[in-house]
Amino acid sequence: MGTRTQLYDQHILAGARMTNFGGWEMPIHYGSQISEHYAVRNDAGIFDVSHMTVIDIEGSDALVFLKYLLANDVSKLTNIGRALYTCMLNQDGGVIDDLIVYFFDTNIYRLVVNAATREKDMKWIMSNGSQFNITVNERPNISMVALQGPNARDLALSMFPEDYEALLSDLQPFSGINYEDIFVTRTGYTGEDGLEIMLPTGHIEQFWKESLSVGFQPCGLGARDTLRLEAGMNLYGSDMDESTLPIEAGLGWTISWQPENRDFIGRSKLMERKIAQDHNRQCGLVLMEKGVLRNNQKVVIDGIEQGKITSGGYSPTLECSIGFARIPMSDFNKVSVEVRGNILEVRVVKLPFVRHNKALINLKMLR
Amino acid sequence: MNDLPGDLYYTNEHEWLRKEEDGSITVGITDYAQAALGDLVYVEIPEIGQNIDAGGEMAVVESVKAASDVYSPLSGKITNVNENLANEPQIINLDPYGEGWIACIFPSDEINNVMNADEYQQFLDDLGE
Repeated sequence: MGTRTQLYDQHILAGARMTNFGGWEMPIHYGSQISEHYAVRNDAGIFDVSHMTVIDIEGSDALVFLKYLLANDVSKLTNIGRALYTCMLNQDGGVIDDLIVYFFDTNIYRLVVNAATREKDMKWIMSNGSQFNITVNERPNISMVALQGPNARDLALSMFPEDYEALLSDLQPFSGINYEDIFVTRTGYTGEDGLEIMLPTGHIEQFWKESLSVGFQPCGLGARDTLRLEAGMNLYGSDMDESTLPIEAGLGWTISWQPENRDFIGRSKLMERKIAQDHNRQCGLVLMEKGVLRNNQKVVIDGIEQGKITSGGYSPTLECSIGFARIPMSDFNKVSVEVRGNILEVRVVKLPFVRHNKALINLKMLR
Repeated sequence: MNDLPGDLYYTNEHEWLRKEEDGSITVGITDYAQAALGDLVYVEIPEIGQNIDAGGEMAVVESVKAASDVYSPLSGKITNVNENLANEPQIINLDPYGEGWIACIFPSDEINNVMNADEYQQFLDDLGE
């Protein structure tokens, strides 16, 4: 049995089917994963994401250290509460984890990293930080929920006092604000507008109950997965790991090459392989036949097996199967996937598939 | 857990069987199975006229979570299939013992290893459900 979040009883009360995820006992769905998916695309859903690991980096070297530790450049962050998505790389340029870093002060940053990678991340941060004047503080007493969907921010406003409403409604994407001991950010993992809320574990149950009473539908990890897949967002462990370069996982945009003298971990190896074009690339796939694309299925390019699916599933919005694949850089004509012994036709597309409940893939055009 | 229909037989692979008046057997998956699978998004149904062995692959049900084989609980010939599942796989989620049936098989051999509702309930209880 895995670790339980503070909301475990609330999940059971809401009819959740539980599953183990990265050592945590988490809701997979509360009855129907697909209806939860639609709730987020069309209205407002709430996710318990308390399994995510919150780590505060504090000290006079916090900025210098994070400029060295992370592939994106934290010196881009100058406003309090501002967020940045980044990879943390090893010396070979492989992805140790992807995370969001928040700016509170040049002496205080907050990292939110994946649950399943908690231990190795902590080790990596501690060992690389030993020469810097910083402290690394895990914050196990912070719980986190994501409020996602086109109506999520409006619904959430009604849960906060009036003087706070204006601040919340002016909150820009990838920004955050503190309210007493609550940290609210306009971020998410669904491709819809919404908020993520960190608050003391002692207050999370009350917040969850209020969220349901104002109209948020509880949503599980199942819907979170199909939503992020449609939104073209990677899942660590599936779409990338320590043997994957960020440029092989569609994350080239998160690497800050400027200024040239910023020596972040993994930079030189990554640059070498980028220049030599010695790497694969990520693409989106749409299945043109009946069936479902799944992780690890073989991708056949011009008759030869040359890649694999890193995340595959059913897209409730497009009503067909979609996936991400890792394939060589070279040009190609015909791409197919081996699905349970059958070779099925797929189309290679640009990610994402869906943004703000709008399909960016025209299935008729693909045929 | 919902009550199990008393007129059906069950297998430890979570399929149900119903004897029809013409001697054929209708087969589907149980409420337990559909709940464990989650929302179904694709069902591969067998072809009418196909001969099938007990334990052979009869259908594939794919949910949002995973693909699962449905093994035939009996040997025989497929006499009818539920064509509606091709376009509306979620019927199995909504009505596993009724509209969500998968296929009819005319048995060529006697049927072994099935349980009545009470025995299947006990089987489920032993699984901890």
